Amino acid sequence: MSQYLLSVHAVEGEVQRAPTTPEEMQAFMERVAALEAEMEASGTFVFGGQLHGPDAATVVSMSDGDLIMTDGPFAEAKEHIAGFYIINADDLDAALAWAGKVVDAINHPIEVRPFAASGRVRV
Amino acid sequence: MNRTVARDDEATAVERVFRDVYGQAVAALVRIFGDITLAEDAVQDAFVVASDQWRTVGIPPNPAGWIVTTARNRAIDYLRRSARGRELHEQIGAVASTSPDPGDWRGDGPVIDDQLRLIFTCCHPALRTEHQVALTLRLLGGLRVEEVARSFLVSESAMAKRLVRAKYKIKAAKIPYRVPAAADLPERLRSVLSVLYLIYNTGVDDPERGVLRSEAIRLARALVELMPDEPEAAGLLALMLLSESRAPARAAEGALVLLRDQDRCKWNRTMIEEGHAIVRACIRRDQPGPFQLQAAIQAVHCDAASFEATDWRQIVALYDHLLSLMPTPVVALNRAIAIGETEGPGAVLSALDAIAPDLDNYHLMHAARGTALLRLGRRDTAKVAFERAADLATTEKDRRFLAQKIEELAEDGALMQHRPLGSTGP
Repeated sequence: MSQYLLSVHAVEGEVQRAPTTPEEMQAFMERVAALEAEMEASGTFVFGGQLHGPDAATVVSMSDGDLIMTDGPFAEAKEHIAGFYIINADDLDAALAWAGKVVDAINHPIEVRPFAASGRVRV
Repeated sequence: MNRTVARDDEATAVERVFRDVYGQAVAALVRIFGDITLAEDAVQDAFVVASDQWRTVGIPPNPAGWIVTTARNRAIDYLRRSARGRELHEQIGAVASTSPDPGDWRGDGPVIDDQLRLIFTCCHPALRTEHQVALTLRLLGGLRVEEVARSFLVSESAMAKRLVRAKYKIKAAKIPYRVPAAADLPERLRSVLSVLYLIYNTGVDDPERGVLRSEAIRLARALVELMPDEPEAAGLLALMLLSESRAPARAAEGALVLLRDQDRCKWNRTMIEEGHAIVRACIRRDQPGPFQLQAAIQAVHCDAASFEATDWRQIVALYDHLLSLMPTPVVALNRAIAIGETEGPGAVLSALDAIAPDLDNYHLMHAARGTALLRLGRRDTAKVAFERAADLATTEKDRRFLAQKIEELAEDGALMQHRPLGSTGP
C-alpha cells in the first residue's frame, strides 16, 4: 500500500468555477461529503483539509542561528495549494481513479504526488 | 580468413538474438523483481555471459529462456549482496520461487503476457509522450541508449537522463505492471498505439532513422499477436505495412517522390497483400476506428494501378468517416486535398479556408493551398504559399522539395504542366 497527496491548486483571484449560489454551495458540499464517506469506507482516506489563502502564510527559516519569520508564502506564485487529501492506494492507477472522482466532485484540477515516506520517522 | 567470416556471422547472429529477446527478457525480469533498473542490469550481464559462451558452444535452442534464467540468477545474486536488496529479496522471495522455471518458456504464455504488461507501463498516460517513446524503444525494442538518442536527435547523456527520470517516476509513483482493466483498456490502448505510430513516423521523416520503422512494425505485430481481439491494433499494423510498402518508391536520388509520381512497380507487394488482408478482416469485424480507417485509405491507394485510377470517391468517403471519429484539423486537411481529385481545385480552396486559421503554422496546409492555386493558374499566389510552406517545413527532404517547386515557378513563367503536390502525401 502506498500513500499519495492529492492537492488542489487554485489560481489566485480565480472564482469562476467556485459555487456562487447557496444551492450550488449545498450541492458542492453534498458531493464532497459523499466522496469522503466513500474514501473512508474503503480505507482510502488518511487525512484531508482546506487551507486558508497564501496571505495567511508565514515562512519560518534559520539564518545565522536566528529564527526569521517572513510574512507570506514561499513563492509569490499565481497558483497555490488550496486544500489536499492524503490517501492510501495500491498503485498509481488506483490513486488516479480517486483523483478523477475528486476532480469530478470539486470541478478543479489536482496534482497527484506519491509519498517517498510517510508516518513518523523511527530510528 | 574463413574463420574470421564465420566469427563475424556468429557475432551478428548473437547480436540479432539479443535484439529479439531483450524485450522478452526485461519484461520477464520486471515481473519477477518489480524493478526495471535491476531487470535491465541483470539482462545486460546475461548478454555478456552469453556472448562469451555462445560463440564457442553456439546459440542455445531457447535463447530467451537461457537469458531469462541467467539474468534471474544474476539478479538474485545482486539482491543477496546488497543490504537493501536482502530486504527486497525477502519480499519477492515468494514471487520468484513460485514462478515457472524460465528455462521452460518457449516464447509463449507468460513471456508474451509480460511484454504486454510492460508496454502498458511504458505508455502510461502519467508519463510524458517523449518518455513513453524512449522507454518503449529501450525496454521493449531493445535499442541501445545511444540508438534511441540518435533517433530523437538528442545527446546520449540527455537520453540517458530522460530514461532515468521516466524509470524514477514509474517506481516512485508506483505505475503498475499490468494490462489495464476492461473499462480503461480502450483509452490506454490508444496511448500505446499512438506511441508506436509516433515511432514509425519518426522513421518516415528521416530515412537515416529507418530502424524506427521496422521496430514500430515489429512491436505492432507483437501487440496484434497479444491482443488479437483489438481491431485498432490490427488497424495500426495494416496502416504501417501499407505505408511501408511504398517506401522503396518514395525517394529517388535522395529527393522526395510524391504518390502521383511514384513508380508503382517498386511497391512491396508482400506488405500490400498482408495490409489488405488485415483491412478486409477489419471491415468484416465492423468496429471501425481511426487507425483502421487510415489503413483503409492507404489500402485504396495501394490498390490503384495508377494515381489517376485511384478510387477518390471511396477515399473521400473514408475521410468523412474518419473526420466524424477524429475531428482534427489535420484530418480535415487530408480530406480537403482528396476533394481536389473529385471536385477540383476550387473546392480544395474553400475547404482549406475553413481550417486555415488552425493550421497556419503547418507547412502541408500551405503546400496544399499552393498546389490548388497552381492548378487554377494563379501562379503568383501559389508561389507565396509554397514559400510559406518551405519556411515552415520541418524536414530537410520537404524543404528541398518545396524549394525546387518555388524555383520552377520563378524560372519558367510559361510552364503550363502543373504537378500538384500529392493528395495524401507521398
